[in-house]
Amino acid sequence: MGALQSLPDDPEYKYFARKTGFSFEQIGILHKRFKQLSHNEDKLRRDDFNTIPDLASNPLRSQIIEAFFDKRNFLKNCEGSVQEIGFEEFLVVMSHFRPPALNMTEEQREIVRRDKLRFLFNMHDTDNDGTITLEEYRHVVEELLSRSGSLGKETAKGIADAAMLEVASISMGHMEPDEFYEGITFEHFLKILKDLEIETRMTIRFLNLDPTLCK
Amino acid sequence: MTLVCFLTTGLALLALPRGSLAEILQKPTAVTDLPSVHPAGDPMAFPGAEQSNLPVFAMNYTRIQVPFEITLWVLLASFAKIGFHIYHKVTFWVPESCLLISIGLMVGAIMHAVYEQPPAVLSYNIFFLYMLPPMVLESGYFMPTRPFFENIGTVLLFAVVGTLWNSIGVGVSLYAVCQIEALQVQDINLQENLLFASIISAVDPVAVLNVFEDVSVNEQLYIVVFGESLFSDAVTVVLYNMFTFIAGMPKVESVDVALGVARFFVVGLGGLVFGLVFGIVASFTTRFTSNVREIEPLFIFMYSYLAYLVAELFNISSIMAIVTCALTMKYYVEENVSQRSCTTIRHVIKMLGSIAETVIFFFLGVVTVTTEHEWNWGYILFTLLFAFLWRALGVLVLTQIINPFRTIPFNFKDQFILVYSGLRGAVTFALVFTLPDHIVRKKLFVTATICVIVFTVFIQGISIRPLLEFINVRRTNRNLKTINIEVHSRLMEHAVAGIEDLCGQWGHYYWKDKFMKVNNQFLRKILIKDNRAESSIVALYKKLELQNAMEILDTMSDSASVSPAIVSPHEEERRGSGKPNRRFVATDLRNMHDILSKNMYRIRQRSTAYTGKHSFPNDSRTKEILIRRHTTIRRSLRQGGFQGSGEAGYPKFFSLPTGQHLERAQGLRNRGNRPDETLSEVDYPSAHRSRIGQLSRSSSGAGLPLHRLDTLTEVSCSSIVDLIDERGGGRGRAGGRGKSRLNSSSSEPRVPAPRCRSDSPDGPGDRSAGGHGNRDTMPDEEEPLSQAVAGPEEPSDHGNSGTQNPLLRRPQWKPLKPKKP
Repeated sequence: MGALQSLPDDPEYKYFARKTGFSFEQIGILHKRFKQLSHNEDKLRRDDFNTIPDLASNPLRSQIIEAFFDKRNFLKNCEGSVQEIGFEEFLVVMSHFRPPALNMTEEQREIVRRDKLRFLFNMHDTDNDGTITLEEYRHVVEELLSRSGSLGKETAKGIADAAMLEVASISMGHMEPDEFYEGITFEHFLKILKDLEIETRMTIRFLNLDPTLCK
Repeated sequence: MTLVCFLTTGLALLALPRGSLAEILQKPTAVTDLPSVHPAGDPMAFPGAEQSNLPVFAMNYTRIQVPFEITLWVLLASFAKIGFHIYHKVTFWVPESCLLISIGLMVGAIMHAVYEQPPAVLSYNIFFLYMLPPMVLESGYFMPTRPFFENIGTVLLFAVVGTLWNSIGVGVSLYAVCQIEALQVQDINLQENLLFASIISAVDPVAVLNVFEDVSVNEQLYIVVFGESLFSDAVTVVLYNMFTFIAGMPKVESVDVALGVARFFVVGLGGLVFGLVFGIVASFTTRFTSNVREIEPLFIFMYSYLAYLVAELFNISSIMAIVTCALTMKYYVEENVSQRSCTTIRHVIKMLGSIAETVIFFFLGVVTVTTEHEWNWGYILFTLLFAFLWRALGVLVLTQIINPFRTIPFNFKDQFILVYSGLRGAVTFALVFTLPDHIVRKKLFVTATICVIVFTVFIQGISIRPLLEFINVRRTNRNLKTINIEVHSRLMEHAVAGIEDLCGQWGHYYWKDKFMKVNNQFLRKILIKDNRAESSIVALYKKLELQNAMEILDTMSDSASVSPAIVSPHEEERRGSGKPNRRFVATDLRNMHDILSKNMYRIRQRSTAYTGKHSFPNDSRTKEILIRRHTTIRRSLRQGGFQGSGEAGYPKFFSLPTGQHLERAQGLRNRGNRPDETLSEVDYPSAHRSRIGQLSRSSSGAGLPLHRLDTLTEVSCSSIVDLIDERGGGRGRAGGRGKSRLNSSSSEPRVPAPRCRSDSPDGPGDRSAGGHGNRDTMPDEEEPLSQAVAGPEEPSDHGNSGTQNPLLRRPQWKPLKPKKP
């Protein structure tokens, strides 16, 4: 942890810590990692992400990388994507995966839930129109299954369709036969996933340990 | 009455000589004698037929004595189980172990009045060679693998360090207490105290786990308690053997302590290695058993038992061995063996385990009454106090250690529950009861242990449920059965894994990833046979509780059970002819789940069904037949739908009785969501509803078909082949069928099935209103069939062409329908 030296005093770190909830140690470690990924630049680009070997086998790679460049994930009320991100953005995106605090009130828990779900939702909603359309959903499912080889797109489609239908039935009370379900809005998204314990499961234990040791 | 008579006779017989038992089993030395038994019990019962003539009637009790006694005991315990399961409310509030002990007490009282001799069932060897293995195998085999490995660090810490902590803490403090002269127990030395402490530090929270299951406590807590109980048994047995040995030594030197520590590790790791070896060999063997299905399950039992025995042979931890063996082979074996074998394996393991435990608890009750006790207030109270205190301390300290390493730390409530779930159980009793005789204060130990067990099982066991409700511990909803949730949890896992990679940190996901790679590249290829046609279906059924399928099944299981035999042929046929048909529900959903569960990072059991010792996992497998039936039904239904006659046709198919079944079924098995389900369905949009119904959640929709099924079978048979590209059909017809479904479903809850079905006029009206005219026109059943045959291709095309997304746009289908009619 030598790298942490006097960092806690750094006002910038205090600012980050307040904004993202990470501890100084964690910020320090993530900062090192950031530097490592960006080859000591101040900005990270997509290419930098693409070089991470472990990520290469992740079926969601492109979505994950995209999430880091998606303005919605680190700025309020903005959309679109950027070409490069600084450390602050990097941290903010990471902070979506912070584990929940030990003792939370229901409201806090709800906020955390919303935050995490919003992140997932944004991952689906690539065109940022506030709904996940069938096309978008299919795309994600295809990606999900892309590593499993033989199963064609057909299956992915089937699953996406089924899922969509399910959403429709759960969220739209009554629909006329010729009505068309536009797509999943965030509210519906919350509703269908309300049973999923996302606040405890979509978490990473950010180590207080130097990541370079692990590389 | 007769039962009572039987029981008493049984007991009387059981109380007969035990010497012979030991002889016959040929394990003379290790057998522990009960204090009050007179050693050479004698055939007073049957003085023998010494006549020189050929006896017309003869009895040779000694010959059958052992198996006879054992059988009676088991039978007795089983009767007890039947008895109190008649009233479910009792078992809801009072743990089964309490009831068993109580009944044991009663029986013991009777015996006491009659014979004053405890039965001679339990001896060291019998316990360790025949009763312990099934109990442990049961826990090991039904251990929910995924949560276990996610929490393995915590589990092992609690089990190993926690148990050591308890044993040493309690042992030393009891030893300190023994120095108080007023208690008059100065003669108990440190080794004996440690021995005793190690015995009572084996936790066995069966009762608690059952409650956890009921209130669906959060997964982490559950698995820690579960795993702790399992591995603490292992640790305890090691300590027990060690301390028994040490307690027998005249003098203990420091070298012995060091050797003890070394031995502890050798024993534990040795068990692990043996378990792994046997597990892998067992998996490998099952690759080749496809031609000898009838003995397939045997391999599992034999290998597990062999692992246990071999470990015992080398004096290493046999519990570790058998548990590791079970854990290792479970995954591979269940893919290799046939559906039936798998069911058999699970049932037998469950049965043996539960019987062994039942007998021990029962026996505990009996022994409590029939043996002489040495009652020492001071010692016993201090034991209780220390047992609780040290556990509390241990949990608090260990959580502080482990929390920084946990993604989800244990909060205070969790810790409290962990402390409180430290019940002592069957293993503890068996261990103390089989203590060798050179322990001077054995009687006191037995008494104290019984006190601890009774105290924890009764007080803590009964109060845990209200307590859980009261402090409102975090819960996990394990009823996650929608495709969306499946998809999203996968999505989330991948995202998390990705982010972990990004951080360059190794988390759970990292290791899991690595393991899955090795597993897929090597282990699976070696251990699982390639042709997995049958087993993949098995895996499937197992893995998912296909949401809708299960729901449907639940509703229907009643009626479905009527004639599984009839169904299966259809099923077969369907499979055979499958290619064309394969689409919709059955295969689609199946594929879906299969894919989801197999091809992603983690193999996971969708909703892990935890099991207590006394109940089966809530297992889709057991419902296999129902599922099959269900699919057939669907198919038939689909036909109906196709024709459009569906609605009109329905009524005729329904037979009143089945309808009643259904109603009843729904009423009876209120599994979780059913009620809302039906209610909510009423107002779902027809179109969506129908589709979805097929896909995922139409319990009611399914219900409908079921009724039909019974009568319909022949029909479906004949037309199965043509039947459908199911999915296509589903989509295409969704509108129309949906309508019908909807109506039917809605009507179902409100109106007894008979009504809507029986009057066709009624039905059509509603449905037509819903919307595709075609349907209404089909009044009669015969027609539909033929059409159904014709129908299939069309819908499938549409359905498949994903882009147009038939699901969402109803209107398109209309064209399809017309064709069919």
